[in-house]
Amino acid sequence: MAQSTRERYRVDPVRTRRRAWPFPLNIYQSAVGRKWVMALTGIGLVGFALIHMVGNLHVYEGPARMYEYAETLRTIGGGLVPKSFVLWLMRLGLTGMFALHLHAAITLKDMSRHSSDDAGLMSGAKKYAGGRDHIAATYASRTMRWTGPIIALYLLFHLADLTWGWWLGPDFVRGDPYHNVATSLSSLPVAILYVVANVALALHIFHGAWSIFQSLGINNPRYNHLRRALAAGIAGLILIGNLSFPILAQTGLISEDNRACPVNDSDGLVCLAEEAEGH
Amino acid sequence: MSDIISVTVKVWRQDGPDSSGGFETHPQQISTDASFLEMLDLLNEQLNDRGEEPIVFESDCREGICGTCGVMINGRAHGPQKATATCQLHMREFADGDEIVIEPFRAAGFPVIRDLAVDRSPLDHIIESGGYISVGSGAAPDANLTPVPRDAAEQAFDAAACIGCGACVAACPNSAAQLFTSAKVGHMALLPQGQPERWSRTESMVEVMESYFGSCTNHGECHEACPKEISLDFIAYLNRDYVKAKVKNRALSGQR
Repeated sequence: MAQSTRERYRVDPVRTRRRAWPFPLNIYQSAVGRKWVMALTGIGLVGFALIHMVGNLHVYEGPARMYEYAETLRTIGGGLVPKSFVLWLMRLGLTGMFALHLHAAITLKDMSRHSSDDAGLMSGAKKYAGGRDHIAATYASRTMRWTGPIIALYLLFHLADLTWGWWLGPDFVRGDPYHNVATSLSSLPVAILYVVANVALALHIFHGAWSIFQSLGINNPRYNHLRRALAAGIAGLILIGNLSFPILAQTGLISEDNRACPVNDSDGLVCLAEEAEGH
Repeated sequence: MSDIISVTVKVWRQDGPDSSGGFETHPQQISTDASFLEMLDLLNEQLNDRGEEPIVFESDCREGICGTCGVMINGRAHGPQKATATCQLHMREFADGDEIVIEPFRAAGFPVIRDLAVDRSPLDHIIESGGYISVGSGAAPDANLTPVPRDAAEQAFDAAACIGCGACVAACPNSAAQLFTSAKVGHMALLPQGQPERWSRTESMVEVMESYFGSCTNHGECHEACPKEISLDFIAYLNRDYVKAKVKNRALSGQR
């Protein structure tokens, strides 16, 4: 009764394993390891989003304090390292985390799509004619693959807007973030774009922050019920903070009406520096 | 009190793994006391009487413990009742005039054999890759010689309740088999008897799983579909143990 393995198991594997990479890179070859990478980079990125939002609250203290905050970021490390050195290290770290997060997400989505025969190209979810009403999956978890690309595109716009100054053109003053923010967000279409993108970001974080615990196996039955609340709290905090900027800029709270210093990148910045000193 | 209800059964028919399938509609008068599978049995008798091919579906114990039955009923694995396998579902869950859509579990790792029967052997493959546990051979040991903490025993039993029906894969939008694999890995990992091969078992079972099924994105649909209500916590333990296993297996193989 010698049956070959092939006869007994008619189902062929959906994918074949490639040659193993050296440790610890081989962890990234598995989907579970990739989810670990997504979770760990997710922690870094959520942390960044939170700190970025809190730092930006300086805009409510006026142009001089905002200028001081931006200068402080460039001079982290004091006189020990060249100016902006630590800032660039952090930027590189963030870029690396983004790249890993994106690569893992795209490859895992692909893997899931190939695991269902009739999965849609974009949604990836399989179809049942009987209607598939999701019971446990939240709106946030089902839209991760939509909110993700929205955030990535928004990020490019955001960098072009307030870091590279592509849209503002001559209105963009490098080193005067208050002026740039106030000018950019005073335009209604830009403000709407920021609101939409930040709602997507909050949804993404709501599922992501909970998912981190599950992917890394951080599990303690005593505290498990707090995980959803924590995710909602972080997402809500980032949402409220980030939405306040475009909304209050539209209502006129972030405006340059009472500005003491001129707007330019020479004596304007000197004036802001002096005003910040005087505090 | 039993009532007779009339329902419309819209059922998936497919001749074989390589043929394309389609839906067939049959009106059916049925007592609300009938189980769901009895309803299909009666339908098959009618088909037989008319000289048509009966609908192929799987079932064995019909008491919810073997994991053989399992179809998508109105888009839900094992139908509308929570924590119930298809065989334990009764027609009283449906109302007069309902349309009932019955489909096979769908995933690339579960090819359709015929009609509602799918080949779930990839799940066996995962179990098989788990290998063995080391037990001393010879005279049978005394009972209770190996102490097991009560909580560990309880939790291992919760995991071992998995009947391997595949509803988790069918309900998962990603067709991931994480809940099944984590239950199987989990019940051994919690017991002292499972410790010697714990890390090699975790690693190989996850890797065989990933060659057939998708990637878990923590939706939680599997837990809702599970007739045995296996907890999502086991998936967390599996994710933790897998990366730990990667590190430990390297150390165990002499590389540090």
